Amino acid sequence: MTEVTAIPMEHGLILASVLFALGFAGVLVRRNIIFMLMSIEVMMNSAALAFVVAGSRWQQADGQIMFILILTLAAAEASVGLALVLQLYRRFQTLDVDAAGEMKG
Amino acid sequence: MSFNLLFLVFLFPLLGFLTLAFSRGRISENAAAVIGVGSVGLSASLTALLGFQFLTHPPEGGAYTQLLWTWMNVGGFAPQFALRLDGLSLVMMSVITGVGFFIHLFASWYMRGDEGFARFFSYMNLFIASMLFLVLGDNLLFLYFGWEGVGVASYLLIGFWYKDPANGLAARKAFVVTRVGDTFMAIGLFILFHELGTLNIQDVMARAAVVWPQGSTILTIAALLLLGGAVGKSAQLPLQTWLPDAMAGPTPVSALIHAATMVTAGVYLIARTHVLFELSPFALQCVGVVGAITLVMAGFTALMQTDIKKILAYSTMSQIGYMFLALGVGAYQPAIFHLMTHAFFKALLFLSSGSVILAMHHEQDIFKMGNLRKHIPLVFWCMLIGTMALTALPFTSGFFSKDEILHEAYLTGHTDLWLAGLFGAFLTAVYSFRLIFITFFGPERWRKESHAHDDAHDAHADEAHHGLAANENPHGAKTLDHHIPLLVLLALAIFGGFIHLPLDGVLPHAVIADHHKGGAFIEYLPLIVTLLGIALSWYLFLKNPALPERLKNGAVTKYIGKFWQSAFGFDWLYDKLFVRPFLWLVHINRNDIVDVVITKIPNAFHSAHGFFAATQNGRMRNYAFAMGVGACLVIVVVLL
Repeated sequence: MTEVTAIPMEHGLILASVLFALGFAGVLVRRNIIFMLMSIEVMMNSAALAFVVAGSRWQQADGQIMFILILTLAAAEASVGLALVLQLYRRFQTLDVDAAGEMKG
Repeated sequence: MSFNLLFLVFLFPLLGFLTLAFSRGRISENAAAVIGVGSVGLSASLTALLGFQFLTHPPEGGAYTQLLWTWMNVGGFAPQFALRLDGLSLVMMSVITGVGFFIHLFASWYMRGDEGFARFFSYMNLFIASMLFLVLGDNLLFLYFGWEGVGVASYLLIGFWYKDPANGLAARKAFVVTRVGDTFMAIGLFILFHELGTLNIQDVMARAAVVWPQGSTILTIAALLLLGGAVGKSAQLPLQTWLPDAMAGPTPVSALIHAATMVTAGVYLIARTHVLFELSPFALQCVGVVGAITLVMAGFTALMQTDIKKILAYSTMSQIGYMFLALGVGAYQPAIFHLMTHAFFKALLFLSSGSVILAMHHEQDIFKMGNLRKHIPLVFWCMLIGTMALTALPFTSGFFSKDEILHEAYLTGHTDLWLAGLFGAFLTAVYSFRLIFITFFGPERWRKESHAHDDAHDAHADEAHHGLAANENPHGAKTLDHHIPLLVLLALAIFGGFIHLPLDGVLPHAVIADHHKGGAFIEYLPLIVTLLGIALSWYLFLKNPALPERLKNGAVTKYIGKFWQSAFGFDWLYDKLFVRPFLWLVHINRNDIVDVVITKIPNAFHSAHGFFAATQNGRMRNYAFAMGVGACLVIVVVLL
């Protein structure tokens, strides 16, 4: 096992959590649904990154397998999400999610 | 034909009640009459068959018990839903279905054209079914069930014409006052069950004598509580105030419930549980004293009433007083005998009075009647025979029963009760013949004297819908459904005294030490006293009507008269003693303290609901935020 200058696990995890927080903040503050989808994409990738970091720490392939799974999930999610975006735009003539807030308790 | 058809006797009226109650407003008057009268008619014919069977082929041990099902089975308490037919319940059943049938028939004439015709018969059938429960039940719980059932039916029928608030008030009064007695009775039943472990009447009677010594305290308390129930139902002192008000109901109701059957349930109860009372001489003495006081008091009150139905109501109270007196001296058989004859002649009197009231266009004041014998002769004869039976003139049914009661009271050595009964007989004669003399003899007071005021009178009469028009004469009914009940009851009121009741196996004879005590004078004394009463009544109300008027306005007699008229002020006393303090308490607690606390709970839920409802605003970003916060909280909790 060649000793690469190992990036400490903490650094990877911090990066992942920062990315996750940024994505989450994006979901919360953005009203444009396309930006929200992009923020969710960022959150998923940060989670995937955390898996990869963990896999590298324990020298296991599981982390990378999970990454590929998440990649697939993200692709599926993007297709469904974009279809929803199209429907939303057709119905409300806007990309503002709050315009679709009709299920008010 | 066998005894296992017994359950059908109460099933017919029960089905009649259900049919009428559920088809209300959808069937014609004739159909309702056929169902209502027919169901009781079927019961009555079945009772006749069963009675014939019972008398010709008596069942083993003098009683037949039909077990229908076990009512419930809780911790050794397993009351049976069972009917028991013995001499006593046969007599009661015959009176209820027999007299009940003829009163139903009369009611189909009396109530004709009333908007609540079907409703009326559904209640009447409910009453008959409950009353049959009461007398046929073989355990006290079953009896109590019927006891409450007749109370409900009585309430519904007193308030039958519910559009007049006064009738509703009378119904509530009757219900509440009898409920006081019923509560006593329920406590008495609790004591019996707690001490004896059973409510089956035969078992209670058998065990009571074993468990309790003569005159034990707990037994006396139980017996007195049962007496409390009987007093409430039978309108005896001190729970008698509801009966006169109960006359607000239609007249057939007064005849059936408040004269012939329900009010005598107390007598039945005491006769049924006579073993308890025999073991407790004090309780038995109380029964006699209550009866004696009530019969004299009700007699005085009846003397001053002007409403024809109230006179009969007080006379009912007084006659039930005789039955209690008889029970009190241990003369159970004469008590039940008088119960039966009283049912005959009092039903006759009430139905005749109903006929009088309709002939006078809903006028009940006897001082607005007079000389009616010329106009409604049939009703006059019915009323006269009924009154003769009531005053126990010879050869009528009342003579045999009342004479037997007084005689046995004397022979058993209860001279004080005997004297009260004798005085009561005198009062009975005076007030009964006062009713006859004023209503059927004398001047025709319903004729309007002054022609100048005719128009005003007419307008008033139309408005109130009672009283005769200016030149109208009272006219009697001419249909068979009016005549048959009156004539049959007339026959029973005369010949009912010759019926021999099969009570020997159920009720003991009075303990009489010396059969030859007293002699002829004592035997004839009630008759002499009664004749004196009739003579006095004739003198006061027919020969010299100015005298009672003068007495009514006399200095001292005025107040005595008012006192008697108000039934010795019991209504006033109870108003001051119970109603006012209760209303006062209610007034203080107007904003129900408990309710204030209780309403806090729904209020808290309501505000919490408002808070959480506000979070459901349909904004996805808010939901996402809430999820994020929640997830953080979970992580924090897991990590710490």
